[in-house]
Amino acid sequence: MVRTIHVDEVVPAVAELCISANYDLNEDTIQSLKQGMEHEESSTGVAVLRQILDNAAIATEERLPMCQDTGTAVFFVEVGQDVHLEGGSLYDAINEGVRQGYKEGYLRKSICDPFTRKNTGDNTPAIVHYDVVPGDRLKITMAAKGGGSENMSSVVMLKPSDGRQGLINYIVKRAAEMGPNPCPPIVIGIGIGGNFEKAALLAKKAILRPLGEKNPDPELAALEEEILKKTNALGIGPQGMGGRTFALGVHILKHPCHIASMPLGVNIQCHANRHKDVVL
Amino acid sequence: MSEPIRLTTPLSRKDVEALKIGDQVLLNGVILTGRDAAHKRMVEMLDRGEKLPVSVDGQVIYYVGPTPAKPGAVIGSAGPTTSNRMDAYAHRLMELGLRGMIGKGSRGRNVIEAMQKHGCVYFAAIGGAGALLARSIKESSVLAWPDLGTEAIHRLVVQDFPVVVINDVRGNDLYQEGRKEFDLTAKTIV
Repeated sequence: MVRTIHVDEVVPAVAELCISANYDLNEDTIQSLKQGMEHEESSTGVAVLRQILDNAAIATEERLPMCQDTGTAVFFVEVGQDVHLEGGSLYDAINEGVRQGYKEGYLRKSICDPFTRKNTGDNTPAIVHYDVVPGDRLKITMAAKGGGSENMSSVVMLKPSDGRQGLINYIVKRAAEMGPNPCPPIVIGIGIGGNFEKAALLAKKAILRPLGEKNPDPELAALEEEILKKTNALGIGPQGMGGRTFALGVHILKHPCHIASMPLGVNIQCHANRHKDVVL
Repeated sequence: MSEPIRLTTPLSRKDVEALKIGDQVLLNGVILTGRDAAHKRMVEMLDRGEKLPVSVDGQVIYYVGPTPAKPGAVIGSAGPTTSNRMDAYAHRLMELGLRGMIGKGSRGRNVIEAMQKHGCVYFAAIGGAGALLARSIKESSVLAWPDLGTEAIHRLVVQDFPVVVINDVRGNDLYQEGRKEFDLTAKTIV
């Protein structure tokens, strides 16, 4: 049975996702920050984490963006293969939702031409990734991705001989270099395998997993644990001022790759870990 | 952590010389805002031998691009942006007497040296705490270049605006020192 969804339903749903992502930090992140505060050995680190938690509470209460960088609007859209979309383009509807959400929510418009730096004025165009999936639903996940942490991300084509240890070394080295810049505590999204663009996309998708939820693959779960321990051992701490809580979580997604390759994507998410979803 | 130090702008060379890394400071008085585009314009004016539209002597500049203010509000969310994008310009303002910069993230060696030479400190505000920091901002108005929107130079009146000293006038760096204290890896990794 084909189910029809009018794109006019998409617009307000997207606008609401943009606003709520920016005003309301998800409960998993709040809990993770609280746990970090309990285990933090640095008094400065504890003070920083407390301010971050206070900030999240103020944002929700006062209906104010938690961070002034309200991000690039990134979407992961799962389109059920039994869905028929009518009334216009889905991409246009998503962008209209961004336009309305960023205006009505008093969010900052941060998108500009790469050369002239002229602002587009409404935070469009959004970056939209589509997956066609079984079923008759349309699931839209919105991430408000800040510039500071995104700038600390990278894709690298490791050699197959680098293996697990080479991968760990690369990530720990990157973490040491970025220090305070990505607004720690951070979430480290990692995409292993695939190819150049797949590794980056997996790294971004990996961030969406709720903090505290274990990787279903035991080998990857162990790898996540090891990277978390090693990056937190660097002493960078909250906001890079010294301490134990640099990363709240390390999330990995893996995909088979070419016999000649070992692609690695590392996407960094700041503590304003903003994403929301809706199912239509 | 020690008790916070209350300071009121404008700051003297003596005020900033008394600060050391890790000090928590509550800033009061007027501070200026400026980020990428405003810095670029200021330095271009200086290159042409022109006078800046605002005096930076004794001032503190905050690297921020706030969200739009809701009706009735002073300002929107207003946390710091990454400072190293202003590294190429910072020494030019220090030459004119700038006493403080507020942002987040590490500064380059050239900036740290210029701070020592000219008597200026680098403060960090908590990155991503824009809603909380907005509470300490009591007035906001555009001083120059309204065409830059969120990047225009604003005059903010702040009350107990919370910052931490990252780089003092002696070349110390809290990001290096704070980390050393908690680094368990110095011997095992690198």
